Amino acid sequence: MTDAALEVEQRREIDRSQMTVSDEVAIQITEMNKWFGSFHVLRDINLTVYRGERIVICGPSGSGKSTLIRCLNALEEHQAGRIVVDGTELSSDLKNIDTIRSEVGMVFQHFNLFPHLTILENCTLAPLWVRKTPKKEAEETAMHFLEKVKIPEQADKYPGQLSGGQQQRVAIARSLCMKPRIMLFDEPTSALDPEMIKEVLDTMIELAEEGMTMLCVTHEMGFAQAVANRVIFMDQGQIVEQNEPKEFFNNPQSDRTKLFLSQILGH
Amino acid sequence: MSDTHAQTVRFVRDSMIEPQEPPISETGVIRWVRENLFSGWLNILLTVVSLAVIYFALSHLLPWFLQMVWNAGSLSECREIRNERYGPDAASACFAVIRERWHQLLFGFYPVEAYWRAVLGFVVFLAGMSPVLFTSLPRKLLWASAATPFVCYALFWGGSIWGPVATALGFAIGAGAYSLGFRAGGKLAASIAAIVVPILYWLFLAGPLARALTGIAPIGLPFIPSDDFGGFMLSTIIGLSAILLSLPLGILLALGRQSHLFIINKVSIGFIEIIRGVPLIVWLFTASLLLNYFLPPGTNFDLMLRVIIMATLFSSAYIAEVVRGGLAALPSGQYEGADSLGLDYWQSMRLIILPQALKISIPGIVNTFIGLFKDTTLVVFIGLLDPIGLSNSIRATTEWNGIYWELFVFIGVLFFICCFSMSRYSIYLERKLQRENR
Ligand SMILES: Nc1ncnc2c1ncn2[C@@H]1O[C@H](COP(=O)(O)OP(=O)(O)OP(=O)(O)O)[C@@H](O)[C@H]1O
Ligand SMILES: [Mg+2]
Repeated sequence: MTDAALEVEQRREIDRSQMTVSDEVAIQITEMNKWFGSFHVLRDINLTVYRGERIVICGPSGSGKSTLIRCLNALEEHQAGRIVVDGTELSSDLKNIDTIRSEVGMVFQHFNLFPHLTILENCTLAPLWVRKTPKKEAEETAMHFLEKVKIPEQADKYPGQLSGGQQQRVAIARSLCMKPRIMLFDEPTSALDPEMIKEVLDTMIELAEEGMTMLCVTHEMGFAQAVANRVIFMDQGQIVEQNEPKEFFNNPQSDRTKLFLSQILGH
Repeated sequence: MSDTHAQTVRFVRDSMIEPQEPPISETGVIRWVRENLFSGWLNILLTVVSLAVIYFALSHLLPWFLQMVWNAGSLSECREIRNERYGPDAASACFAVIRERWHQLLFGFYPVEAYWRAVLGFVVFLAGMSPVLFTSLPRKLLWASAATPFVCYALFWGGSIWGPVATALGFAIGAGAYSLGFRAGGKLAASIAAIVVPILYWLFLAGPLARALTGIAPIGLPFIPSDDFGGFMLSTIIGLSAILLSLPLGILLALGRQSHLFIINKVSIGFIEIIRGVPLIVWLFTASLLLNYFLPPGTNFDLMLRVIIMATLFSSAYIAEVVRGGLAALPSGQYEGADSLGLDYWQSMRLIILPQALKISIPGIVNTFIGLFKDTTLVVFIGLLDPIGLSNSIRATTEWNGIYWELFVFIGVLFFICCFSMSRYSIYLERKLQRENR
């Protein structure tokens, strides 16, 4: 567990009043397989995510975590099986894909902000062009979420003028501006210094407290213990083990999981 | 620092040292010269050699240039004046030829009484393009830019103004067809309607409409055929039209070459490679000779228009490759960021990818444009009277037989001014974009 994540946990009590899991299905993955050429990256993935769940996905490098999460908004195409997101099946129909993408927010390891647009423009772009929101309303929403991630004063700067942690918080705000019902995070903190990891994790915890459905690839085990209600361990393109965090960390079942946990927590 | 040391040697400064001028050897001209010209034996040697070369060149050129003759009716008159003033064998530039023939070099055989139209046309063009070139101007003015080509046509060629008006109307019809098609059958139907309807209109309706309107209200300037166009004006019209048209076409080709759609991808690659792999002069001959075989007999397809089309296609292939470089230089995260927000293909290209890719490509694009602009002089080989062609015909007259340098210096200076402005503009644009998003 990194120091930063520990600190997050110790610093404040997490408000669990709204962190409730409903029995409504948000994402349903059945028998999903994916190949890169002849390389079988994802094998027989079955996963049901309920609304309000906060799932942390971990596993060794190259195990297919990113690929799995990228399949959920069709950044990668799957070749077999079904993925149903928010009631819409992901097929090659472009219209479905664009609908799902506008309902599902994604935060990347390297932020992927648009460097030629200001922070505010980054945040209003998709609402303006995809949702056709009026400009004034889009800007108000953007400022609301920028305040939420605590950087309203940076609105007129360009991404290149912000620190890594600030950029990642802008990226989160940018996704939130589309009012997504599901948020995907792909190692949102692994390109950041410890000091910045904390501020980004804080933002993510706040999001969890509001009941957002979250799938998060991360190695911040403190975060997993604090907010996740399920931890999924992947290896070689398969889901090896999943459990609630306490059980997962204290009582791992498979040998692979034990090995992985000893490596990541041991030192 | 040990404790004892700190106590035995105490030091507190009570008067501060004021800043002082650096020593004379470290400032101003002397320092600059020493650092830049005489900083080592090799540099001293190079400086001396360079100065010698510059002196040699100037000592031959300057007398020729400074002892110029402006008032003469022919080369022999020039020589007489020179003999009188500077003595025989003195180097002397006979700029009298420019004084007498400048209008031909600039306008070709364009009617003298219509020179104002050409000049006004270029002024309108520059004014009309300024909202495109300088983003600080109000965006509403872009509508004026869109109208500029039609106004310029009406000025340069003249004829009934209803011709350009009817042509421009086609674009409005296309926009109308798009929004109707969008309501009726979605994006694809709208795109097809926006292409097919205007083309049908231009083929079958625009001509009769223009004629009918001319019959009702014959407004317009006297018509001047393309054959009368010449000189630097011809080069500029061909060059600027090709520049304007080849940028959008080149961008589309670059996107096509990146496309995952098999047909579009292969067609773009084929087009780019074929056009790029054959010299421009061959394409120009194709335009002037071969195209007539393919067209139905009797159709007279303006040679200048054919040349503009060929030059456009030619430079669009180069632009496509430059833009492709810009597209490839963008990190894939930009594409994914745009996709993950739900932007569709054209939105992400227009809003995210192209602004960044074009910014990277500016030097290459301007480089291509400068090359294209100078290559317009090749039209002399298919019988168009560009400045080079005119200089040939001027030298063919008895008065000016035997004069070379003065004409070429003049033409060279004209081209240099244009190309240098383009280069400066590109630097301005790069700086501005860099300032905007660091
Ligand atoms: N576009 C691609 N083409 C071919 N192979 C790929 C591609 N993307 C990923 N892979 C391979 O698929 C496997 C899974 O990659 P993925 O990025 O999902 O791993 P990961 O679990 O996210 O690893 P990390 O923790 O290092 O991010 C890796 O072996 C990788 O080399
Ligand atoms: Mg990854």
